[in-house]
Amino acid sequence: MIVMENVQKAFGDHKVLRGVDLHIEKGTSMVIIGGSGTGKSVTLKCVLGLIQPDAGRILVDGKPAAAGDRDAFLARFGMLFQGAALFDSLPVWQNVAFRLLRGSLKRPQAEAREIAVEKLRRVGLKADVADKFPAELSGGMQKRVGLARAIAAEPEIIFFDEPTTGLDPIMAGVINDLIREIVVEMGATAMTITHDMSSVRAIADKVAMLHDGVIKWTGPVAGMDDSGDPYLDQFIHGRAEGPIEAVR
Amino acid sequence: MTWLSPIGALGRAVLTFLASVGQVAIFAGRALSHVLRPPFYPREFLNALLTIGWLSLPVVGLTAIFTGGALALQIYAGGARFSAEAVVPQIVAIGMVRELGPVLVGLMIAARVTSSIAAEIATMKVTEQIDALVTLSTNPMKYLVAPRVLAALITVPLLVGIGDIIGIAGGFAVAVHSLDFNPATYLINTVNFLETRDVVSSLAKGAAFGLIAALMGCYYGMQSGRGAQGVGRATKGSVEAAAVLILAANFVLTGVFFSI
Ligand SMILES: Nc1ncnc2c1ncn2[C@@H]1O[C@H](COP(=O)(O)OP(=O)(O)O)[C@@H](O)[C@H]1O
Ligand SMILES: [Mg+2]
Repeated sequence: MIVMENVQKAFGDHKVLRGVDLHIEKGTSMVIIGGSGTGKSVTLKCVLGLIQPDAGRILVDGKPAAAGDRDAFLARFGMLFQGAALFDSLPVWQNVAFRLLRGSLKRPQAEAREIAVEKLRRVGLKADVADKFPAELSGGMQKRVGLARAIAAEPEIIFFDEPTTGLDPIMAGVINDLIREIVVEMGATAMTITHDMSSVRAIADKVAMLHDGVIKWTGPVAGMDDSGDPYLDQFIHGRAEGPIEAVR
Repeated sequence: MTWLSPIGALGRAVLTFLASVGQVAIFAGRALSHVLRPPFYPREFLNALLTIGWLSLPVVGLTAIFTGGALALQIYAGGARFSAEAVVPQIVAIGMVRELGPVLVGLMIAARVTSSIAAEIATMKVTEQIDALVTLSTNPMKYLVAPRVLAALITVPLLVGIGDIIGIAGGFAVAVHSLDFNPATYLINTVNFLETRDVVSSLAKGAAFGLIAALMGCYYGMQSGRGAQGVGRATKGSVEAAAVLILAANFVLTGVFFSI
């Protein structure tokens, strides 16, 4: 269970988060939607402690995220970054197995490699990708390697930052199914950022819409279409007219 | 008021400078503490030894040999003005070992190693690879900074030692081939003239310069701003800072070793 209470963050005088309140139950899939530049990625990074919020509280299973053993805390998380963030000095399989090759989860190299190849297969990549370097892959392939890395150590809590951006519709479908599977089968808690409404419907138990630095609307995915919220309506129908300005 | 503003600007610049000195000192302290505490990353360390030490050899060798050769010519020409041409071996040795070896190797390392460390780490910062490391329970100070700092601390003194020898060899070659020195006498004069203190100071300077070069690369890389411009600024800043600090440290260390 992840709880965010009144989380605020500004960069200089640019107030990005103005008081985000969000509850994510254990074992559920929360999808965050919102215009680009509204602070969705910043929100995820605040939970992980990569960005220090200026105000507010973030609790994971009742404990403050910032306190306690950072390693033990982070070992429970997997994160897919918006830009994949692969280590370009390492071949693909070592990227995927990064956690399994060092630290507390370390295992024999051959076993780590096997797990990496299996995870690559789950994101729709063939075994021959394993020995390539990230720079040799297309953006969509890099994204999927990033996804494989996020799930490699089977974390309890997984954050996906735009997992299907840059993928063709078939691959996007594969990834949506995978995320759903991870939540249902592994019982993981997932927080996904996406702009893709078909992804939202495929992945989400609950949806939250971030706008103007606050959560404008949150509710179950089924309640999205008759929410009566003008911001949400405009967003899910992709209309240029409405309360959300097209020029931001 | 307006005539005061340059003073205000100067004051602010001094404050900013002092603040960044403090930050660099804290960073250096943290980096060194991570060198000593596990987990260690031997593969990263070996990689750093290779790129910082081994692959710098050509540049160091070329710099030293040309400098040693030019030094011999200059000392010969200068010495001839008061019939002291014979001091070439002694002055080349002392000039290379005490000053030019460490300083030139240090500056070449700043150009070659500091810039590449800064650009690499800054790129990792802007592409969120540093954030990714953290989420994979790996401390960037241990994984990226500590191996590079330790490798530079070990290899740069060795590079300086090699540079000293190659520089002296450059002077030797010029002296023997174009200035009619007797090879055996030249070598004997060189070896007899150098003191332990000269060599120790050379290697100590190397260690200090290696530390400065690696730390500045890592510091500026980790502080990088966003985008390609951020990487460019980080790289430029790191080389400037490393070069200036190396020259300042050289002045201080020369004082420490030889002012007695
Ligand atoms: N490290 C940072 N420094 C300064 N500004 C930042 C930083 N990270 C994000 N921002 C700014 O915060 C805003 C929200 O960014 P982000 O969370 O990435 O948006 P998105 O909702 O598209 O994921 C943007 O205006 C961005 O420029
Ligand atoms: Mg984003």
